[in-house]
Amino acid sequence: MKRVRFGVIVFPGSNCDHDAHHVAGAILGQEARFIWHKEGSIGDVDVVIVPGGFSYGDYLRCGAIARFSPVMQDVVRFAKRGGLVIGICNGFQILTEAALLPGVLLRNASLRFSCKDVQLRVERTDLPWTNRCTTGEVLRVPIAHGEGNFFAEAETIKRIEGNGQVLFRYAEPDGRLTEASNPNGSINNIAGIVNEQGNVLGLMPHPERASDPALGNTDGRKIFDSLVAAVLSTHAGALVAPAERN
Amino acid sequence: MYHAKVVVTLRRSILDPQGKAVEHGIHTLGHEAVENVRIGKMVEMHIDVASRDEAERIAKDAAGKLLANPVMEDFHVTVEKVG
Repeated sequence: MKRVRFGVIVFPGSNCDHDAHHVAGAILGQEARFIWHKEGSIGDVDVVIVPGGFSYGDYLRCGAIARFSPVMQDVVRFAKRGGLVIGICNGFQILTEAALLPGVLLRNASLRFSCKDVQLRVERTDLPWTNRCTTGEVLRVPIAHGEGNFFAEAETIKRIEGNGQVLFRYAEPDGRLTEASNPNGSINNIAGIVNEQGNVLGLMPHPERASDPALGNTDGRKIFDSLVAAVLSTHAGALVAPAERN
Repeated sequence: MYHAKVVVTLRRSILDPQGKAVEHGIHTLGHEAVENVRIGKMVEMHIDVASRDEAERIAKDAAGKLLANPVMEDFHVTVEKVG
């Protein structure tokens, strides 16, 4: 049986790379490999995970330097051809810096690093990231960041909301959007967005930290299960035709 | 040789909570007249080219593409001759 090939990018300072690799390999039973930031090619993979951490020490701005690494040039090419790319936490910051996703992640409104469980409301289920969820479903997933305050110009917010690019919002356990449930001041409680085509996802919360039953919470696994289902279905397999990849 | 300074600040339209916190600190020093405190960063560099225009062009290119993120930041470049 075909297995999904996950590639986990490793920058100096990445620290959620092993968690992501563990989930893809040991928990999901798929293929997982690390891809060092100096590689010029990501090789033959179905899904790229840009993991959390502090790439290049968060020097200058979160994600600003990672964007220029050799491997990111190929990640950008892969994404532009429709390849599935998920950026988690620092990975989300890197994807915005690389202009694969709109907006930017500012300092948390509290100015404090925030490390706790949050509730995420799933806004769409017709994408490869959430096909195993129901619309409006609330997932409990941890966050751990100091710069997760999603911001974009009013015009950009209007555009991404109009396009349905917001995939996850911080919410109460019953799905209501409140200020109290927003841990960092993000506009419209935005926790995760996709690009216009839907093949690139960035989110601040860490689904890979809520996927192993040993950790007591597997809500995050739904995102990875969705991915695997999407890649293994012929529909999503056609997102990137093998011929185009080489 | 030219010395370039790039000052990067959050755009005016963006709330700067760090600046706000520092402003409170300045107020507790007794300087109630202080307002609109904004935190930024300064990047300086030497640029070994023949003309000031060329140095400015390079500094601005680096500032626009790497040192500042135009979604949230503005930058200001100053260049002076050294050595």
